[in-house]
Amino acid sequence: MISGLTIAIGGIGPAIAIGLIASKAMEAIGRNPDAAPQIQTNMVLGLAFAEAIAIYSLVMALILKFV
Amino acid sequence: MNISLAAEPVFYLSHIPITNSLLVTWILMLVIVLLGIFIRFGSWVIPNKVQSFLEVIYESSYKFVNDMLGPKITPQVYPMAITLLLFIAIGNLAGLLPGMGSLFVPLEKHGEIEWMPLFRAVTADLNMTFALAIIAIIANQYFAIKFLGFSHYIKKFINFSSPINFFVGILEIISEFSKILSFSFRLFGNVFAGEVLLAVMYYLVPFAVPIPFIMMEVFVGLMQAFVFFLLFIVFVKVSLAEH
Repeated sequence: MISGLTIAIGGIGPAIAIGLIASKAMEAIGRNPDAAPQIQTNMVLGLAFAEAIAIYSLVMALILKFV
Repeated sequence: MNISLAAEPVFYLSHIPITNSLLVTWILMLVIVLLGIFIRFGSWVIPNKVQSFLEVIYESSYKFVNDMLGPKITPQVYPMAITLLLFIAIGNLAGLLPGMGSLFVPLEKHGEIEWMPLFRAVTADLNMTFALAIIAIIANQYFAIKFLGFSHYIKKFINFSSPINFFVGILEIISEFSKILSFSFRLFGNVFAGEVLLAVMYYLVPFAVPIPFIMMEVFVGLMQAFVFFLLFIVFVKVSLAEH
């Protein structure tokens, strides 16, 4: 129960963040398609940082579940 | 289901437990070193398939690093970065091979026999990813000292010129340690979550349904290796930036 809540609540923020990052990156590519490779690299970087928060809560949930 | 957060010991080498992740690490090290020797001494003018594949990886990744760091720093930083990329990518992908987590060996523990999985994905062990993160961050500090000079480097962390700079220096020290944590937890969390996901899928529907999830894990494994590589380069770039 607690571990389920940990990942459920912890996933909300990163989900919003990843959605915002991807939507802004797509917007930027739409405005300037020539810059797509650089935008994609930076987007992946931003996604990695946002996703890390979700991974922290995932690790906590797994520790609560299995240890 | 057999899910364990820590890597299990497979056998003992005079009281030192050898875990299944460590065993797979040694096997992969052997494979990578043999591949390197093979390419070093066996390269041909007309490349075969393996060599052309590795040349494509080499050229594209070198160009990528060169675009980010510039021609002066790249020759020094590139070997470290590509080693991390290749090792993590091969480690993640090897964790999806058949036999990982499904072959068991007996281990005698307190007089009873327990069955331990013989192989486990290299990066599904927090010790391994933590070690990789520490190596990456120490290499990062090494490059910063080498290219900035020690006095310039230490000024970023310990600075008495004004109270604000002093606290910024403390924050910089904390951020170096938090980089280690985020590096290691990101990689471990992704790979271990993938293992758990696959185990649950095999348990629910053992046939055909796990295939798309395996494909997703291949993608996630390559992606995480690339993210580790990219973050290493970006951190080197940031630490070399002039203040």
